[in-house]
Amino acid sequence: MSATAMIEPSRSEAGYNFAYLDEGTKRMIRRAILKAIAVPGYQVPFASREMPMPYGWGTGGVQVTAAVLGRADVLKVIDQGADDTTNAVSIRRFFARTSGVATTTRTTEATIIQTRHRIPETPLREGQVLVYQVPIPEPLRFLEPRETETRQLHALREYGAMHVKLYEDISRHGHIATTYAYPVEVAGRYVMDPSPTPKFDNPKMDDCPALQLFGAGRERRIYAVPPYTSVRSLDFEDHPFRVQQFDQPCALCGAEGVYLDEMLLDDAGRRMFVCSDTDHCEGRRADGHVGTGDAV
Amino acid sequence: MLAPGFADPVHDAQGTFRAVMDALARPGLPRRLEAGLEPPAPLTPELAAIALALTDADTPVWLDAGLAAAPEVAAYLRFHTGAPLTDDPARAAFALIRDPARCPPFVRFAPGTPAYPDTSTTLVLALDTITAGEGLRLTGPGIDGTTRIALAPLPERFVGQLAENRAGFPLGIDLILTAPGRVAGLPRSTAVTES
Amino acid sequence: MYVAVKGGEAAIDNAHRLLAETRRGDPAVPELTVAQIREQMTLLVDRVMAEGSLYDPDLAALALKQARGDVVEAVFLVRAFRTTLPRFGASKPVDTGAMAVARRVSATFKDLPGGQVLGPTFDYTHRLIDFALAAAGTVEPAAEAEPRDDAGTCPRVTDLLAQDGLIEPSPPDDGAPVGDLTREPVDYPADRALRLQALARGDEGFVLGLGYSTQRGYGRTHPFVGEVRVGDVAVEFVPEELGFPVPLGRIRLTECQMVNQFTGSGTTPPQFTRGYGLTFGQSERKAMAMALVDRALRAAELGEPVTSPAQDQEFVLAHCDSLQATGFVEHLKLPHYVDFQAELELVRRLRAEFFRDSDSVQEAAE
Repeated sequence: MSATAMIEPSRSEAGYNFAYLDEGTKRMIRRAILKAIAVPGYQVPFASREMPMPYGWGTGGVQVTAAVLGRADVLKVIDQGADDTTNAVSIRRFFARTSGVATTTRTTEATIIQTRHRIPETPLREGQVLVYQVPIPEPLRFLEPRETETRQLHALREYGAMHVKLYEDISRHGHIATTYAYPVEVAGRYVMDPSPTPKFDNPKMDDCPALQLFGAGRERRIYAVPPYTSVRSLDFEDHPFRVQQFDQPCALCGAEGVYLDEMLLDDAGRRMFVCSDTDHCEGRRADGHVGTGDAV
Repeated sequence: MLAPGFADPVHDAQGTFRAVMDALARPGLPRRLEAGLEPPAPLTPELAAIALALTDADTPVWLDAGLAAAPEVAAYLRFHTGAPLTDDPARAAFALIRDPARCPPFVRFAPGTPAYPDTSTTLVLALDTITAGEGLRLTGPGIDGTTRIALAPLPERFVGQLAENRAGFPLGIDLILTAPGRVAGLPRSTAVTES
Repeated sequence: MYVAVKGGEAAIDNAHRLLAETRRGDPAVPELTVAQIREQMTLLVDRVMAEGSLYDPDLAALALKQARGDVVEAVFLVRAFRTTLPRFGASKPVDTGAMAVARRVSATFKDLPGGQVLGPTFDYTHRLIDFALAAAGTVEPAAEAEPRDDAGTCPRVTDLLAQDGLIEPSPPDDGAPVGDLTREPVDYPADRALRLQALARGDEGFVLGLGYSTQRGYGRTHPFVGEVRVGDVAVEFVPEELGFPVPLGRIRLTECQMVNQFTGSGTTPPQFTRGYGLTFGQSERKAMAMALVDRALRAAELGEPVTSPAQDQEFVLAHCDSLQATGFVEHLKLPHYVDFQAELELVRRLRAEFFRDSDSVQEAAE
């Protein structure tokens, strides 16, 4: 023990510190976040803690949010684009209980948005922070399972294998067969995994006014894309990057050019396509937009 | 008697960190930094706030000659942070620089390694003034096009040293610049030229 | 009209209430007490403490009760609690040579100072279900052993071998701080202390399977159990303000010293090598498997080819933790609607192109 002052934190619930983590852990995560911002796309190792929710449920994102969060923040949590999925509800409650901060489902009202698998349809603005939950932060992991090897590849900026893999898809299927977690190059240097968002969302990362932070708890990595930073999806001149297209608008709000969930309505093949971003859909409907309500 | 640390350790540390995070995320855009500290001279309230918010037993801290010459400063930092002080700038996680004009050359601090560029030194400088909208031209991640910032006083050959630092990317040092009530960031990713 | 599914909060609350009710089981059956679990499910409690990295039998017993007996879930509860505890520093190394042994067996020497102590073991029980246990009853007290002349001195077998230089020396204490993978991310290659920490926390089943694989030729180490000992040791801590050690209490440990394949070259004489295992509580299976894997992981250091999973430290360390493994495997049941939608869209498009192309091939043929 050193002769350091023992910090007596303010406690919001049942003996836990504000936003659950102790101050020493927050400091360690905060230092990692600053390095991540300074070296966009580089995965900073951090001493991820064991959290009261399982690995795979967003422990990395939760730790990043806990380290960034302050009393004045307004927090939004989404999973699959929706605020009402069980894991989003669970994480939002965790922070409401341990920090007492205000929460919202409105993208425009939030200062911090923690997400799993989607980027909101409503364009983000300056001053907002988007925190991604990341399962496998290493974009090269499925080409090379060894950390010692992939670290060298990043150090040498040796990303040839990734291009070969994508090109093999093209020769086999006629298309790049990666539909989510589609690799991107950040600020012209590091190749980065955008987390398992559909590639539909990749263009939203480019030159985004909000700060994007990525937390991988089990794999113990934090990385970042600062605002107004180039994020380019890897592609080829003869096979440029393209996002998914849906043939019909949202059945509830009529939105086009948004990502849709496919709902199975019966066992006769009737299905309906509706917005994956529940806040966006509700906002449009409140503004009077109406879909056909039709199944297809 | 030892000067007190943060009045509210949890929220003051969070507020300081958030200002620094925003500053590094938007290089050249100064943020308010209300430290509320009265550290022993010549340590400034802003340097003290950043040290208290970010350093601890895991981060060796280097002090420039002016700060190192004041034993009350070392005592204050040791008590409130527990951070080990080092006289080797290449071993420092953070360097506190009270007198920017006499800052050692940036190459004397740790630039990190190709495999771990995060193992670099973060320099925290106490300037007299930070003025946005004029002076040096900045481009790079976090900047919407170009931005400008005027800083005084500056280390010798500041722009030249920063160009060399930028050329080594992803290795290099990051700068946190403070002035009374303000903080701005110059991460290694920023390209800086004379106006 | 389709209405979007709502009600996540209510569903979670209801699920938690149902879980509590299910955990309790039939209320006509008396509720388990934490003390009953602690005293009568000791090996389970020991395992939860070992993999939970926290020596607290009452807490481990409570975690088991809360977890409906699921070991990994109980380990999870203990670890999450451990995260919130303040850290005061590291204890002095415990001296297992001074252990008050409850059990101690050596497979390498028939008799040795301190003797063989069979202790409480399943080893020579006949695995016949004891239906008498279904009814409550009293247990006959065990006989007291006659004390041996050398009782109280129980030197480690490896120390006895080391006196003659027959086994590699125990690595000297260089005073360097010992790493802690709960406080810093592992940087490969990890040193032996970090590897041992990972194995000690590692899932017993995973470590057992890996240890077994070395015996079947996947990284063979020619092991002999120098000894396995189970017993209590004192834990001491030196507070900086005092400068001398103060006793914190006693903990039960299981230690396995494996004596392995010898090495030697033109310049160094042949000698046996070591594999080491140590766990909280009584867990001989875990300590022995850990010693096998520890020795296998020393392959590179000892100039042996690294060809098998148990010798590959990235493979072993990245996959031995039950919480990391269960989290990532079980997270597959979380919603993946949007990713699956992306895959659906691609597969539909590829199928459409496939059938269009095969149609046009057929048309051309006709």
